[in-house]
Amino acid sequence: MRNVRSWLGAAALACSVAVPVLAPSMAMAQEVPAPAKQNWSFSGPFGSYDLASAQRGFQIYSQVCSNCHSMNLLAYRQLSGIGVSPEQIKAIAAAVTVPSGLNDQGEPVDGPGTSASTFKRPFANEKIARIANNGALPPDLSLIVNAREGGADYIYGVLTGYADPPAGMKMGDGMMYNKQYPGHQIAMPQPLHAEQIDYSDGTPNTLDQEAHDVVTFLAWASNPEMVERKQIGVRIALFLVLMTGVTYAVKRQVWADVH
Amino acid sequence: MAGLHKSEFANPVVNWVDTRLPIFTFMQKEYGTFPTPKNFNYLWNFGALLMVNLMIMIVTGIFLAMNYQPNVATAFDSVQHIMRDVNYGWLLRYVHQNGASMFFIVVFIHIFRGMYYGSYKAPRELLWMFGVTLLLLMMATAFMGYVLPWGQMSYWGATVITNLFSAFPIVGGPIVTWLWGGFSVDNPTLNRFFSLHYLLPFVITGVSFLHVAALHITGSNNPLGIDVKSPQDTLPFHPYYTAKDSVGLCVYLLVFALIVFFAPGMLGDPLNSVPANPLQTPAEIVPEWYFLPFYAILRSVPSKLGGVLMMFGSIAVLFVLPWLDTSKIRSARFRPVYRQLIWVWVLSVIVLGMVGGHRPEGIWVVLGRVATAYYFLHFLVILPVLGKLERPLPLPESISRPVLSLGGGPLPGGATAKPMEKV
Repeated sequence: MRNVRSWLGAAALACSVAVPVLAPSMAMAQEVPAPAKQNWSFSGPFGSYDLASAQRGFQIYSQVCSNCHSMNLLAYRQLSGIGVSPEQIKAIAAAVTVPSGLNDQGEPVDGPGTSASTFKRPFANEKIARIANNGALPPDLSLIVNAREGGADYIYGVLTGYADPPAGMKMGDGMMYNKQYPGHQIAMPQPLHAEQIDYSDGTPNTLDQEAHDVVTFLAWASNPEMVERKQIGVRIALFLVLMTGVTYAVKRQVWADVH
Repeated sequence: MAGLHKSEFANPVVNWVDTRLPIFTFMQKEYGTFPTPKNFNYLWNFGALLMVNLMIMIVTGIFLAMNYQPNVATAFDSVQHIMRDVNYGWLLRYVHQNGASMFFIVVFIHIFRGMYYGSYKAPRELLWMFGVTLLLLMMATAFMGYVLPWGQMSYWGATVITNLFSAFPIVGGPIVTWLWGGFSVDNPTLNRFFSLHYLLPFVITGVSFLHVAALHITGSNNPLGIDVKSPQDTLPFHPYYTAKDSVGLCVYLLVFALIVFFAPGMLGDPLNSVPANPLQTPAEIVPEWYFLPFYAILRSVPSKLGGVLMMFGSIAVLFVLPWLDTSKIRSARFRPVYRQLIWVWVLSVIVLGMVGGHRPEGIWVVLGRVATAYYFLHFLVILPVLGKLERPLPLPESISRPVLSLGGGPLPGGATAKPMEKV
C-alpha cells in the first residue's frame, strides 16, 4: 500500500505542475495583470497608516477625485482618524455646501457642512453622474481598496498605468488605455499627473508620490479600524501563545499519572 | 417525597437545588466523572471546539442583529455603520464573518475524524446522522448569512443558489418564487433570510444537544476503534479531557485571532464590498470557500437537474455511510487499504474545492468530472466492496492493553499502533 501513497504524491505533484502550465493557455480576453507589489506603510502585522501621506491623499481626493467620485460612507468627523484636528475638520466641512434640510417654507436648502456631514457628493444621482461621464458611473470610493482584487496595489497600478495603446489595438469611443485595468480600456481619463498637486509640506509631487498618497488615504477610508485592530491583535496573540503554553503544562501535569 | 432526587452535594444551596432539579448531578455524571476512552488524540478536540464556535457565532450574531437593518436600501450601509460607528462593531463583524469559516474548518476536520476512525459505525449510526443534519443546517445558515450584507456576491450568490430549485420539473418554478417571496431576489427574500438566519442557529443548538445526548448513550469512539472493555480503558472526563480540550481550544483561538486581527478579508470576496446591483452580473459568481467542493460537483454534471441532484447527493450519501461501509472494523489503523484510500477521497474533495474556484474551462472541467466521479465511487463502490475484500490487521485486546501484549506478531501500522497520547 506504500505505492498508493507515492501515487498520491505523484498525482498532487502533477496537479501542481500542470495547473500553472495549462492556466496561461486558458487566459481570457479580459486578462488582468497581477498588480506589482508596492511598499505600503500599512502592510504587515505591525503596519500603520503614514498619517502625513494619508492627509496629502485627502488633499488629492478633495482637489481631484471628488469631482467625480463620492465617498458616501465617510463623514468629515472621521478625518480625525488620519490626524486632522477638530478645528481643521470644522473648517474643511464648513468649506463645502451640502443639503441641510428644509427651510421655513418647506423647501430643501443647502448650507455649510458640519463635522457630522457625510462627504459632499459630486452628483445628485446616478443618472446625472453617467451623463457627465460619457455613460460611465464613477464608483464610490469609500470601500474601493477592499472592493478590488489586489487592493491597494491594484488601485496604484491603475493610477500609474496610463499609456498610449499598443499599435493595432482598437479603442472604444472615449476610452483610455490602461496597463492595469481589466481589458485595458478604462473610461476614466488619467486623473493624476506629475507636478499636478501643490503639497504644502514640500513633498516632491511625482506621479508615484501622488498615487502613493491617495491610495494610502483610500486604504484608510476602506479600513479605518486597521491600526486599532492590529494593536489589539498583537496583544491577544501574545496572550494566547502564553495561554497555550500554560494550558499545555497543566495538561501534562494532569496526565502525568496516566499510562 | 418519593420524587425528590437524593443529592450527594455537601453545599446546602447546591443540594437544595439538586434535590429538586438534579442538574448538578447531571453535569457531574456527564461532564465530571463521565468515563471516556483514555486514548483520544487531539482530533477528539474538535467536537468541543464546535460547541465553542457555535456559542461565539450566536453571541456575536445577537449583537450584530441589534445594529443591522434587513432592508435592501439600507442593509449594505448598516453593515458599514457597524464597521465604522458601532463600538467594536468591526470586531463583532469580523469575528462573526470569519467565525463562519472557522466553523467549517473545524467541522470538516471533525467529520474527517469520524470517517477515519469509523465513528459512524454501529452503534453510533444515529449519532452520525444527527451530525450530517447539523452539517446541512450549518450550510443553510451560512448561505443565508452571506446574503445579509447585501453585496454583489451576496445578491448573485443568492440568485444562483435559489435558482437551483428551478431545475426540478413542474414544481421547480413555484418553489423558487415561494423561496424569493416574489419574482426575483429582493426585499422579501432578504427579510426572510434574516429571520431564518436568526432562527437556524437555535435549531442547530437543539440538534447539537441530540447529537451529544446520543454520544453519551453510546460513549465515544476512540483511535483504536474498539469498544471500552473495562474501567482501566477509561478516564473521567474531568480533569483529563477538560485539560486536553483546553489546549486545543487555545490553539484554535490563536488561529481564529490571527485571521480576525491580521487578515480579516483573506477568506472573503472583494466583490462583496460592492453594494448589490441587480442590473450588473459579476463576471464570476463564486460561493464562499467552504461551498466550493459542492459547487464543483454541481458544475461538473452537464445537466442542470443532474448537477443539482448530484450536489444534494454528495451530502445525502453521508447519511447512509454507516450502511455503505460494510467493514466491521472501525479504525482505519487496522484497515490497511481503507487507510490509504480515505486520503484519495480527501484529495478528491480538495481537487473539487480548487475546481469550484475556477471557471469551468479546459483542465478544470476534466479534473472536476474525475474528482466528482471518485467522490461517489468511494462511497457507492469502494466502501461496500472493500469491507468484504480487505484483510484487517489484528485488533488489540483492549484499549489499556494494546497490541504489544499479544507478543510475537509485527506491530500493525508501525509506530502508530502505540497510543497516540504522549504524556
